[in-house]
Amino acid sequence: MQASHSLHLSPRASWLKPGPLDWAYAVVVLIACAVAFWQYDHFMDVYEEAILAGSALGLIGLGWFWKDWRWYFPLSGLVSLAAIGIYDHELARAQEAFWLKYLLSSQSSIMWMCTLFVLATGMYWAGVLARSALLQKMGSGLTWAASVMGLAGLFTRWYESYLIGPDIGHIPVSNLYEVFVLFCLITALMYLYYEARFAARQMGAFVLLIISAAVAFIVWYAFDRQAHEIQPLIPALQSWWMKIHVPANFVGYGAFAIAAMLGIAELMVMRGWLADRLPSPEVLDEVMYKAIAIGFLFFTIATVLGAMWAADAWGGYWSWDPKETWALIVWLNYAAWLHVRLVKGWRGKPLAWWAVVGLFVTTFAFVGVNMFLSGLHSYGGL
Amino acid sequence: MSSKKRNTTLPYRLYELFSSMRFAIGLLTILAIASVIGTVLKQNEPYPNYAFEFGQFWFQFFELLGLYDVYHSGWFLTILAFLVLSTTLCIVRNGPGFVREMKGYREKASDTSLALMQHSCEVVGDADPAAVSRRLQGEGFSVREHRREDGSVVLAAKKGAANKLGYFFAHIAMVVICIGGLLDGNLPLKIAELAGRIVPETRDIPQSQVPAQSRLDTDNLSFRGNVTVGEGRSADVVFLNAGNGYLVQELPFIVTLKKFHVDYYSNGMPKLFASDLVVTDKATGKATEATIEVNKPLIVDGVAIYQASFGDGGSPLTLNAWNVARPDGKPVPIKGVSMASQPLRFGEQAFRLEFGELKVFNIEDIGETPGTADFGQKMKDVREVRKEKHVRNLGPSITYKLRDEQGQAREFHHYMAPIAQDGRQYLITGVRAEVGQPFQYLRLPLDEGMAVDRFMRLNAALANPALYDEIARRTAAQALSGGAISPELTRQFEDSVKWVLARFADGGFPALESFIDDKVPADKRQAIAQTYIKILQGTVPVVMDVADSQAGVAPTPVDEAKYRFLLDTLVASSALHELGAPVLLQLTGFEQVQASGLQLTRSPGKDLVYLGSLLLIIGIILMFYVREVRLWVVFHGARMRLAMTSNRHNRDLDRDFEHQHAALQQQVGASHAS
Repeated sequence: MQASHSLHLSPRASWLKPGPLDWAYAVVVLIACAVAFWQYDHFMDVYEEAILAGSALGLIGLGWFWKDWRWYFPLSGLVSLAAIGIYDHELARAQEAFWLKYLLSSQSSIMWMCTLFVLATGMYWAGVLARSALLQKMGSGLTWAASVMGLAGLFTRWYESYLIGPDIGHIPVSNLYEVFVLFCLITALMYLYYEARFAARQMGAFVLLIISAAVAFIVWYAFDRQAHEIQPLIPALQSWWMKIHVPANFVGYGAFAIAAMLGIAELMVMRGWLADRLPSPEVLDEVMYKAIAIGFLFFTIATVLGAMWAADAWGGYWSWDPKETWALIVWLNYAAWLHVRLVKGWRGKPLAWWAVVGLFVTTFAFVGVNMFLSGLHSYGGL
Repeated sequence: MSSKKRNTTLPYRLYELFSSMRFAIGLLTILAIASVIGTVLKQNEPYPNYAFEFGQFWFQFFELLGLYDVYHSGWFLTILAFLVLSTTLCIVRNGPGFVREMKGYREKASDTSLALMQHSCEVVGDADPAAVSRRLQGEGFSVREHRREDGSVVLAAKKGAANKLGYFFAHIAMVVICIGGLLDGNLPLKIAELAGRIVPETRDIPQSQVPAQSRLDTDNLSFRGNVTVGEGRSADVVFLNAGNGYLVQELPFIVTLKKFHVDYYSNGMPKLFASDLVVTDKATGKATEATIEVNKPLIVDGVAIYQASFGDGGSPLTLNAWNVARPDGKPVPIKGVSMASQPLRFGEQAFRLEFGELKVFNIEDIGETPGTADFGQKMKDVREVRKEKHVRNLGPSITYKLRDEQGQAREFHHYMAPIAQDGRQYLITGVRAEVGQPFQYLRLPLDEGMAVDRFMRLNAALANPALYDEIARRTAAQALSGGAISPELTRQFEDSVKWVLARFADGGFPALESFIDDKVPADKRQAIAQTYIKILQGTVPVVMDVADSQAGVAPTPVDEAKYRFLLDTLVASSALHELGAPVLLQLTGFEQVQASGLQLTRSPGKDLVYLGSLLLIIGIILMFYVREVRLWVVFHGARMRLAMTSNRHNRDLDRDFEHQHAALQQQVGASHAS
């Protein structure tokens, strides 16, 4: 429904012409940010106040640009507010109050997110194999539901961290567990945007696979390693830079992951596998390009922000730390990909393969560096 | 470039090669591979570590390639320089054409070429060019009208020319960033090093003795160095890493550390590192006071001062030196300073006592007993975001090395406070002979007053042959009254007690064991060993009484706790023989002086790099998100031709074309109506 809708928009960008619903959404966002400011200003420095104001504008812009966001974001907020209300300033209620215990505490929400993503994966595949638009639509619905639980879970976790202690509270993007949740969430949301924009739900079968892989990691990490426990921030991470550097990075990682999965889909279609059930290579190619373009933009921004943070925290904007170096390698990789596509006009197979290989490079930069190489970014100590 | 056509001279061919994308991509690939090497091979380690890891041949080979500091090696910087050159030439080569294209409207396009465009169609009817032009302008196009010789009118419109601007921004950005980076890479210093005017110092000598060839004065372009300052101390230089050694960088000011603060969360994780600094300008004497934290540096005179690390700044210590070679039960008080070394004479032996770091807190995660977690418990755990950490603070600790005249050293790790184990209190010291080994921990039992004195007294008595007669006599008397031995055997029993004591004093349990192994037939060893241990166990309460009465302390009755103490004493006394040193130090007091590790940097290229980054981001946005669209409407009177192109073919253009087509048809109607 969204797809047919957006295809008939006038050529002028629609977000420049907000309708009544857009304005209503904007008012909701402004009220939410005002309340956040009024309630929590004493926790913020001037930079964080600026980030709050910027977030308000960014969220309004995003809602106007992508109409689905106008219900998704407030709904996630409401779910989280319900959790906060039931908590009633008492963290122990997570194990006692029914709704917190089974649905709304951050961990329950995140586990629901995981479950729904896996179900969505199955649903998309069933939809593709059975050529059933209905099943695919249900896959979409499950992905949306998972995304609501994921974002609500992160919001609630943010609140819970302050319940543990005012000096411990922080935005939940500070360790590998939290950013994996963020990765699932951002990848799913970006995918949902493309799915609607290009009216190609079959792509979900592929994109949700990588999300499910991340979900498997999250579940193992929580059950086996207790990585879900909220830890206070070491001094190096106590900075407002974290709030913008990490999310920007994960838009990049998420987009590159989508591109790689679509690359696989495109290669399969070109070989004739599932060719009659999947979108045409042209569509896959175009979405792949769009994903890499937006990923590249955000990865560039994230790397620049990271460099500026490093200049505050590590004594220099560039120290050739393994994380920095691998970020550069990822950046060079996609810069080259974009060059050969835009300048040399490459299309199809080689670029699809390259996007798939790119995911390995990206994954190494994301997790491999932390696991195998020691450096400043592993935060082993001061 | 006087002749642009078919120029095949070598310089031109080089120009073509260097400005080509093939070349740029090649460079990027090499850069990426080189970067990988630098992340896999740990950079800037002390050279002996590399030599140890790779062996002499490969160590020298890798050194020749500059692999220990890849990112500052000549060849790496050369690649970067070529990248700057290549990008610059790319801009020079493509720039003029792009500018021309950006400015032009291509209003002279022929009908044939317009008809051949993918998005091109005929519209029947006539519209007012002025009205169409107005509409297009309203949609954000800039329009140029051109009247052909045949009388037809061409409206050539375009928008999104900023797309091409994006190309300039992004590529100029790369050059700007690289120049900024090279500026901070301090090329002049690299050249001076290559020319041999600057030579890194490799010896570990006081800073003031470092010769001029290893010193850099205050007008050095850029640097990044470290210095450790103790509380109440000052520094006016920093040390820069340089290959196998270091350089001394003079600062334009003096940094004084007033106080260092460290704070922990309840689970033992660090929460805050902060230094109260006074920075005094050498020339003007102007003093700036500030507190720096991680993430909150101080910038003075273009030099940024960062909180980088912390440690011990040389804390005065008081210690008790216990003679364990010839125990006398009386300690010798000595003084020392952590992170410093001092001579220590012990009898005829001379040692060097090298103190390591004093740590005031030793927070240990004792974890929890891993229970059998069933599914319900696991679900409960996974819901719980707060975990109570079981931590305890073991209190202050000090490390020291005792180095003999041959240079052999034993390293000790000593905890000042009593540490509880199995419900009893011990004074704990770890010892090892080699750095890589784990510490062997020695547990000295403490008395009710948490003091080690009673153990030391006992240990001294155990090793004092002058007391053996009395000990043997009292032990035998006790054994006799308890009916354990008969009167005829008293003499023999006394001799056995003395013999066992002497053996034990000689080398602890191992000495008794080796005797048994040497002299006793295998089938009797077990029984004999049991006997010796029984004798020791029976003797040691007597030893304590004798030792106590010698020291003028009233003897106390032996209860369960006391008996455990005595057994621990035997174990510890035996273990002292394996200490490998004649003296054991006990920390009795300290006055903590902390040190703050500061990093000081001057990076004049930083602003340039940030400017380049901004240009880069703007450039990327313009390139990817501003679509360049060109549109032509040719008015032939009764029919019109509409044609559109875009720099990128995608469905946006299809949609735009549909829209333009519909709008133009509408305007046909409109002009008829008017």
